Amino acid sequence: MAETVIETQPDLHFDVDPSQQGDLRTEEMLVNMGPQHPATHGVLRVVLRTDGELVLESVPHVGYLHRCAEKIGENLQPYQYIPYTDRMDYLAGMNNNQAFAIAIEELAGIEVPERAKYIRVIFAELNRIASHLVAFGTYGLDMGAFTPFLYSFREREMILDLFESACGARLTYSYITVGGVHEEMPDSFLDVLHEFLDYFEPKIDEYNQLLSYNHIFVKRTANVGVISAADAIAWGLTGPCIRGSGVRWDLRKSTPYEIYDRFDFGVPIGHPGGTEGIPNAVVVGDCWSRYFVRVCEMQESCRIIRQAMAQIPEGEFTAAKVKNIKLPDDEVYVEIENPRGQLGFYVRGDGSAIPARVKARGPSFCNISILNHIGRGCLLADIPAIIGSVDIVMGEVDR
Amino acid sequence: MSWIENRFEEGLIVTSLDWAINWGRQNSIWPMTFGLACCAIEMMAVGASRFDIDRFGAGAFRASPRQSDLMIVAGTVTYKMASRVKRLYNQMPDPKYVIAMGACTIGGGPYFKHGYHVVKGVDLVVPVDVYVPGCPPRPEALIEGLMRLQDKIRHQTRAIDPMTRVRREVLAR
Amino acid sequence: MVSEEICDILKSEFGDAVVGSVMDARRPYVVIAADRWAEVAAFLRDDSRMQMNMLQCLTALDLLEDNKLAAVYDLFSFPVTSAEEVPLLRHHFAVRVEVNRDDPHIPTVSHVWPTADWHEREAYDMMGIVFDGHPELTRILCPDDWIGFPLRKDYEYPVDYHGIPGTTEHQLTNPRH
Repeated sequence: MAETVIETQPDLHFDVDPSQQGDLRTEEMLVNMGPQHPATHGVLRVVLRTDGELVLESVPHVGYLHRCAEKIGENLQPYQYIPYTDRMDYLAGMNNNQAFAIAIEELAGIEVPERAKYIRVIFAELNRIASHLVAFGTYGLDMGAFTPFLYSFREREMILDLFESACGARLTYSYITVGGVHEEMPDSFLDVLHEFLDYFEPKIDEYNQLLSYNHIFVKRTANVGVISAADAIAWGLTGPCIRGSGVRWDLRKSTPYEIYDRFDFGVPIGHPGGTEGIPNAVVVGDCWSRYFVRVCEMQESCRIIRQAMAQIPEGEFTAAKVKNIKLPDDEVYVEIENPRGQLGFYVRGDGSAIPARVKARGPSFCNISILNHIGRGCLLADIPAIIGSVDIVMGEVDR
Repeated sequence: MSWIENRFEEGLIVTSLDWAINWGRQNSIWPMTFGLACCAIEMMAVGASRFDIDRFGAGAFRASPRQSDLMIVAGTVTYKMASRVKRLYNQMPDPKYVIAMGACTIGGGPYFKHGYHVVKGVDLVVPVDVYVPGCPPRPEALIEGLMRLQDKIRHQTRAIDPMTRVRREVLAR
Repeated sequence: MVSEEICDILKSEFGDAVVGSVMDARRPYVVIAADRWAEVAAFLRDDSRMQMNMLQCLTALDLLEDNKLAAVYDLFSFPVTSAEEVPLLRHHFAVRVEVNRDDPHIPTVSHVWPTADWHEREAYDMMGIVFDGHPELTRILCPDDWIGFPLRKDYEYPVDYHGIPGTTEHQLTNPRH
């Protein structure tokens, strides 16, 4: 492979040793990966132009799950639209509910009770943990490790049990609605949550021993798919992707929405290898950094939940009269921190109860658009590593 | 005492060919990893620690349609995806089965009215054996669907079934 | 920096390129003439007072009553630092470019913000706005042979696509469109 001559692509990232350039020429090949492929996390299709094992171009094709969410938003009342936000990023339904609810509340001027805000934070952070657990488990699957998947789903089922006790659904909750939450938490919810957190927090160390510092795993992910901070910003990357590139940016910290300014938590970022116990091969912005940011974020979410449980006041769980809201002739753009990045909702009202335009800015949509940029010049086997580390959800890319 | 009793050695099994083949098939349904949307996460949960679809012999998720017996269509099928679903179905070797998992694959689900890009049921594209309702169905529901599929396989026969015989007679006339 | 100041700077720099501005709304925005938008975008990114290095969102709007299409750009000056204390440049700004509905052309800004590449393709796919100079302006979500632009207010739902029937019932009841 080192003998490969690539004359047509002089600006590639890899080095071709001039002394090795001989007569050997390999033919370029187009490889179609997906839409049905176990490592593309859904129905992403990537068309790869390869030269042997070397990827010259990787063009993502999306839209295989385009479910017309924005058109539906123009035809339904906000209260009815909440279940559709669940199905955008189906791994983080609570966070999506929250984003849309905040957008509508801001547009219609609805005041949310204090207790509801705390309940929202607890559930959003729990959902963040559940989402990162899936990311952790499936990333192990992508890298050929089956066991972490079983471990992470074991803990995830416990979170889903908690959700189920509160709202009856395992995946598509519609629990956080406009004006608050749908119903009060069950009586013993906080006690069970305490038990769960006590059980879960030591498990994060177990995950690290199991996968994070695994030699093969580090070999597969360290120094692969490196995104510089400037690239990350220019391509609109957010969430763990931009934090993995060493930019300390988290909407919960930098422009706190709801009540996140009342909690003390850290924002994990990617660190260079050799520091803070991180494997030496790691560089800032590679797949391993993005992965590890997620593992660290689970710890921080636990901290937030514990603080929220200690502070939660008594009171109403929803504002009165949340159905049939008249939306003023105005527009808002609200962004919150989803597990995958900044989820934005643009809502424009026209005086009626139905919005004139609903636009969702899916973080995965922007995050995966960089694939061709960073996938150029890497090996074919690195492409699943990159896609997995970006952690896309196709429901949100295509909406 | 009948004349046939006590005439064979220990370890001999007497069965019908139908029963033996069906028994083998129903307990080794290999599904294809074919996650489309939200339901795929529940399908993964079925394969994971708590629900463990391996108990039914259906845990060997194959990445290639050419090695699989069962296509669990888990999630919304869009027009852009429909031709791919059909191609994947055609690539599967016989006998092949399809489970339509979730409301979207049954009839468009929540996207029926305004979903201009959503196929209103996967049975418009490929034939379906078992429908599992829910949005998304619980893992228990998918396991139930799998068991109904096993029932279906158990009652298959190698002989000509009455409907086929009637059809042939009509055609021969 | 608040939107009024940015708007004043833009007016002094570009004059009549700023067609209008709505500053008293919940989310203030300025309207830029479509033919000058590319140079305004480059200024917004490169000027030291602006440094709008991130395009957060591009929303295409259908203003049917005015017979116009609009693209709304949500910009943000992202602090390029890893320190906990971020510098002062952290402002949101919204720009709106309105074009005629019959012949919608807006210059591309995908060379200014690479993320605009996909956003513009989506706006073209959904609303039919043509971004001049875009490297590869093709449909992104719908199939290539899709007919019509779905998010336009007068879009008619497909009766079938390659032999697969669509929602015919919707055609009969036809609630809003």
